[in-house]
Amino acid sequence: MQRQLATMKQSLFDQGYLDEQFVQLEELQDEVNPNFVEEVVTLYYRDSVRLVQNLEQALEKNPLDFSKLDSYMHQFKGSSSSIGAKKVKIECTQFREYCRTGNGEGCKRTFQQLKKEYATLKKKLEVYFQFARQVGPVEKARRPK
Amino acid sequence: MEEGKRVCALVVDDDRLSQRVHAALLRKYGILETEVVENGKEAVDLFKSGKTFDLVIMDLEMPVMDGSEATRELREMGVTSMIVGVTACEVEAEKAEFMRAGLDACWDKPLSGSAIIAMLDELAKKLL
Repeated sequence: MQRQLATMKQSLFDQGYLDEQFVQLEELQDEVNPNFVEEVVTLYYRDSVRLVQNLEQALEKNPLDFSKLDSYMHQFKGSSSSIGAKKVKIECTQFREYCRTGNGEGCKRTFQQLKKEYATLKKKLEVYFQFARQVGPVEKARRPK
Repeated sequence: MEEGKRVCALVVDDDRLSQRVHAALLRKYGILETEVVENGKEAVDLFKSGKTFDLVIMDLEMPVMDGSEATRELREMGVTSMIVGVTACEVEAEKAEFMRAGLDACWDKPLSGSAIIAMLDELAKKLL
């Protein structure tokens, strides 16, 4: 089952959902904090709900306040980077570029894509952590190939 | 780190995720005493209360008092602790301004293990 867990993780990296930062988090797991990664990811999804709501509300305003949108997305990108959420981070970067150029339609379109990636990652990580809990205590983090 | 000397660190960040990750990184590399505050003003108030820290990990963008202002104030107070800035900001001019506030170094977020090792190597030299 450890091998299956490793395969699941490798797949998340191969499909571009996660980056090296996720491995850095796993390396912080020890006997004192055996579920560190799951706790941090849970914290990410809990705390980012407010940011998503702020962005949704800000995107409904007319005219758009690109400075405010950029500020919210800066925070969101930072948090997403902290857990290694690669695809989410890419959408955050694209969104900020649209803010920079004042492209409201681009912002709205990218935000929809961002929410898809954010939700997809959440589902995949829920499955991964559920499996990891069944496997038992985490062995030393292995870097994906 | 020299045995017997307990290095104390302060994490200054309004983001709970960053607080958690940075504290865990410091613990992994041997810094067992770490405090966490949510903005620059809380950091300044801690130092004013008489607390000292060998290492401060200071985020740039925070409400109430940001990292630049907090760093400037700490240096004006005569604080000589190692203050390392961390930021997800991509604008070089803003990072340069943050450095000018009195940082010893500035790193991109998220911090990595190698960044912490580099910081602690510098801190070890400073403490000798």
